[in-house]
Amino acid sequence: MLTFALRRLLALALTLAVASAVVFVVMEVLPGDPAQVMLGTEARPDTLAALREKLGLNQPAPERYLAWVTGLVRGDLGMSYTYATPVTELVRDRLAVSLPLALMALALTTAIAIPLGAWAAARRNSVVDLGIMGATQVGVAVPNFWFAMLLALLFAITLRWLPAGGFPGWSGGLWSGVRALILPAVALALPQASILARVMRSSLLDTLSDDYVRTARAKGLTEGQALRRHALRNALIPVLTIMGLQFSFLLAGTVIIENVFYLPGLGRLVFQAINQRDLAVVKSVVMLLVASVIIVNFIVDLTYAAVDPRLRRRA
Amino acid sequence: MACGMFSTLAWLGSDDVALLDVEGLSLAINNIPLLDRVCLSVEPGQVLGLVGESGSGKSLTALSIMRLTPRGARAQGRILFGGRDLAALPERQMCAIRGREIGMIFQEPMTALNPLQTIGRQVAEGFRLHLGLSQREALNRAAGVLARVGLPPESIPLSRYPHELSGGQRQRVVVAMAVALEPKLIIADEPTTALDVTTQAQILRLLRRLVAETGAGLVLITHDLAVVNAMADHVAVMRGGQVLEQGRAAEFRTGARHPYARALLDSSRYAPPRRAPDLKAVTLLEVEGLVREYALPRRNPFRPAPRRRAVDGVSFAIRRGECLGLVGESGCGKSTTARAILALEPLQGGTIRFDGRGAANLSGAELLAFRRRVQMVFQDPYGSFDPRHKAGRIIAEPLRLLPDLTQPEARRRVAAALEEVGLAASDASKYPHEFSGGQRQRLAIARALITRPDLIVLDEPVSALDVSIRAQVLALLADLQARLGLSYLFISHDLGVVRAITDRVLVMRDGQIVEGGETAQVLQAPQHPYTRELVTAALRLDRAVSPQPDLAS
Repeated sequence: MLTFALRRLLALALTLAVASAVVFVVMEVLPGDPAQVMLGTEARPDTLAALREKLGLNQPAPERYLAWVTGLVRGDLGMSYTYATPVTELVRDRLAVSLPLALMALALTTAIAIPLGAWAAARRNSVVDLGIMGATQVGVAVPNFWFAMLLALLFAITLRWLPAGGFPGWSGGLWSGVRALILPAVALALPQASILARVMRSSLLDTLSDDYVRTARAKGLTEGQALRRHALRNALIPVLTIMGLQFSFLLAGTVIIENVFYLPGLGRLVFQAINQRDLAVVKSVVMLLVASVIIVNFIVDLTYAAVDPRLRRRA
Repeated sequence: MACGMFSTLAWLGSDDVALLDVEGLSLAINNIPLLDRVCLSVEPGQVLGLVGESGSGKSLTALSIMRLTPRGARAQGRILFGGRDLAALPERQMCAIRGREIGMIFQEPMTALNPLQTIGRQVAEGFRLHLGLSQREALNRAAGVLARVGLPPESIPLSRYPHELSGGQRQRVVVAMAVALEPKLIIADEPTTALDVTTQAQILRLLRRLVAETGAGLVLITHDLAVVNAMADHVAVMRGGQVLEQGRAAEFRTGARHPYARALLDSSRYAPPRRAPDLKAVTLLEVEGLVREYALPRRNPFRPAPRRRAVDGVSFAIRRGECLGLVGESGCGKSTTARAILALEPLQGGTIRFDGRGAANLSGAELLAFRRRVQMVFQDPYGSFDPRHKAGRIIAEPLRLLPDLTQPEARRRVAAALEEVGLAASDASKYPHEFSGGQRQRLAIARALITRPDLIVLDEPVSALDVSIRAQVLALLADLQARLGLSYLFISHDLGVVRAITDRVLVMRDGQIVEGGETAQVLQAPQHPYTRELVTAALRLDRAVSPQPDLAS
């Protein structure tokens, strides 16, 4: 198990290194002059030269890359051009919104999808199954921002239970922060939960017809016991794969949802930074998103090994 | 009563009250009738062999007794067990009987165990469920049961996972789960079909010992009459969902009454008539010092990957018109040898001469010419056919090796090949799924014949077939060989088949040939200890499962 984790960790470090190089090349080397991109085509030559000097663009690319990466490792993401604050601070503030949002959405996705998928599989071809499958079909088809608007209409405007948008910050207490994130998290989670529930159902149906489930029944387990004790854990393996992939969708989804709900999160930051051509911010946030996806996949790999003993031996 | 005669006979034949009485059991799945008034009776401490070909309803009968039939199944009739009618019992009470009073053993040890749970927990589960023991107590009891089936915790800890065990060891775990609570009845559905013959003998011996020790009744479902001969006290023969005949095993062996039962016995012993081989015939294929190595996964990233020799210095020759057998247990390297000869795998050493010319590591036109003259038939014909191609196209595929052939001539050849193997020329327009298992193997043979080869490599060509079909395919192979002067390399794990069709035989183990010679002689008087073990386990199974020496421990 330990060698497995170490090998995965090595792979993780390599992937991060490659990803940082790709991000750097795409952002700074390929399209031409970053200073020109920031200032637009009508900038005066002397402003341009000043910015180039300020950004350190006159140094060769390898040196700039090295400086950027060492900064990343130390937690120094450089200065934002438009906000005139360190990117690290900017990101930290925004992460305080986006990370809880993504985690809440992921938890909601799992909490909705796994029981629902398992229920549908246990009652296959019944009214329950048909109902769940119909609902998830709608959930897959409808985009999350539309859900967001519906949710806001119902819970914020008609019922006035939850805020329609904005974020009061965590200083006002945990609950006021969580309250502001409930609707966005639900809107993010519903489409993903619909996909995951369908995956869960078909995976469980597969394992339910596996021989060891019949063996378990022959030992005297009821249908429900065989499902819970033997089929469920086996069915989770493909579900984990999808969950790992979904995490990146959740992150991408925050860009839209944060805009709908007016949340000062990472998604909105990146959106604004792209509009304002703030390359230092875009570069760092993109790298951060890439890293979080890679790390989530690393966690998924470790979870695989925890669930499936057959993987612990192999690399 | 629907089945008066058999159960009355069984009743009169012994003083014991039957443990299990199946009376007039009929079953339909989605309104398709699959079992028709099945009657069976099992007595304590006795073994009932339930035999029949695939689709005869053996397994469904077993699942009906356990009430584990697939969805959409509707049963009629009575299943009397310990004074209760299982067919009428509520599901909750049935759960209390499964595992506790009736234990079941399944065919496929590779998939019958939960891959994510330790063997200890899986065996302990029955104790927890039925006796309400704590996890620790249950594991203690599980250790005892596993020791009884030949897996003492000192050498095989309870914390092992199924993938860490061999096929035979896994089947012992399955047996342990079935017998853990000392059930009165054990149902074993093809318990050794997926195992090598020597492992089969060990598992059968174990089952026989457990029955003797606990006085349980055993229903042994099998398609293999040798297993029945070695194990059963009573035999019931099934076909088309009906029990055709039930009686004492001794009577069944000597004179089965029902014509189908007799035919089954005859097919299982069938050997096609063959001419004596021509000892002066020229050598067609000569293999010298064949080596095939695989790289294993790296353990240490800084050292070269470890290697495994699947074929380790194999040498032999096949004469024109000869049938050479290659036997051995799974993983011994026999299929790899075949693939290496067919140039489907690269070689790491050795030479191959075909018809006097070097044939190792060929390429280009030489390889095509070689392929035209050496063809192959696989075990699972269905898996080797493209399901979307019609039979005619499947058979004609090797004709690419003969680019000069005209269209009408190709069609003539396809028709001729189909007729040669006992099918009709019009079958060319059918799809693979429209043929039966035996017919598909005929198609595979037709495909191999179409280039008019000199040598056909047959890898387990009859292993997946029922005995009656197997007899037909063996007859066809012998007939083709005599008429066309073909040479065969016949790979099989089944010594009975090898005895029926080969002139000479090679015994392979761990990539090496341990013994070779005239088939009759090798099987009659094996020299190498491994051959001896193999022959005993395969051809003298009754002796191999007698309770005396327990080779397992």
